[in-house]
Amino acid sequence: MRWGIGRNRYRIAPGLYAVGVPNDQSPVLVSANYKMSFDLLRRSLAGLDAWLLVIDTKGINVWCAAGKGTFGTREIVQRVGHCELDRLVSHRTLIVPQLGAPGVAVHRVKHDCGFSVVYGPVRAMDLKVFLAAGMKATEAMRRVGFSTLDRLVLTPVELTGMIKSILGAALLLFIVGGIGPGWFSLTAAWDRGTVALGCLLTGIMVGAVGVPVLLPWIPGRAFSIKGAMFGLLVSLLMLAGIETDSSLPENMALLLALPAVSSYCAMNFTGSTTFTSPSGVEKEMRRAIPAQLAALLMAGIFWIGAAF
Amino acid sequence: MKELRYLENVTTLELNIDTCIGCGMCLNVCPHAVFVLHGNKAAIMDRNRCMECGACAGNCPVDALAVKAGVGCASAIIHGWLTGKEPSCDCGGGADCC
Ligand code: SF4
Ligand code: SF4
Repeated sequence: MRWGIGRNRYRIAPGLYAVGVPNDQSPVLVSANYKMSFDLLRRSLAGLDAWLLVIDTKGINVWCAAGKGTFGTREIVQRVGHCELDRLVSHRTLIVPQLGAPGVAVHRVKHDCGFSVVYGPVRAMDLKVFLAAGMKATEAMRRVGFSTLDRLVLTPVELTGMIKSILGAALLLFIVGGIGPGWFSLTAAWDRGTVALGCLLTGIMVGAVGVPVLLPWIPGRAFSIKGAMFGLLVSLLMLAGIETDSSLPENMALLLALPAVSSYCAMNFTGSTTFTSPSGVEKEMRRAIPAQLAALLMAGIFWIGAAF
Repeated sequence: MKELRYLENVTTLELNIDTCIGCGMCLNVCPHAVFVLHGNKAAIMDRNRCMECGACAGNCPVDALAVKAGVGCASAIIHGWLTGKEPSCDCGGGADCC
């Protein structure tokens, strides 16, 4: 389900749902209609009686939806009206997941539908404690983490998003690989193309999987630098470890191209993190992209040159 | 767990102390504990932790906070550069992207 394919089946119908046997005093929790979050929410409330008000976020989670504007003040107010929530419960409080806060304005919800918003904890597993404490979240419940497991489950999404570009790059590698003294050779295209494709895929794995997983342990703040350093290390290991008959220009091409690819892929992971700011990413990109392009261009020259 | 930090001195977060009424809402919504409350005013304790999500600015009842919120995907930013529009996230309804 994390692969980003066919995820449209993983949404549930928006509306009002019951956990246990809720009455007019029971708390109302707002959720996205992303099935995974909804199920998690239901599971963490097991044993309690509560209402779940599910907003149509097109099957994406609360955080993404709040960022994209599909989870917010307007959607909540509309859904409250649609479900006639004011006739169902006697209190006027909605518990909204804290990660939805970028899309919601508490004072506007109150003004538009009379319900006060209380932000729940970041993690659903803290909900019971939060409710038992009279809807009070501790400092720790309000902080967002980014564990190794969190990062690992995101990497397939990264890779799936790149498939088209990878296919395009592979095609280019086979075409350029065939260029040689005899103008174009199919055997050379195949032989050199497969080697280059192997390097490309290695670079992608290093940048899109290796860097995210080992994030805290790779020095540097900028993702492009983390990616380039890790890529350089891997390409050096490849040169040292594998017995090949590759020439010096080919080795140079590897040392330039692999870090450029892993640097770019690592930089793309910024979109999935819980702590990178758009201003920071833009600043990093302004510096990194010219360097990555220059490295690729030089690698290409070395590589084509090696064929002659 | 070791705290992950990103680049320093890039966030666009601004707090207007004069308009702030010290309601504490920004402390509630911020996922990175950027704010503290000093008496009846909010203060930015660690601005470099800010990820520009925009939650604080949107929920401040008196508009004392401003931040240029947006998406942080590299591909969205490239798309923004090429098209001249604000970067927007359209990773096809991904669960955890951006
Ligand atoms: S939400 Fe606004 S008014 Fe309330 S403490 Fe924060 S800055 Fe001050
Ligand atoms: S923009 Fe988000 S991360 Fe930055 S201070 Fe406001 S709530 Fe915290």
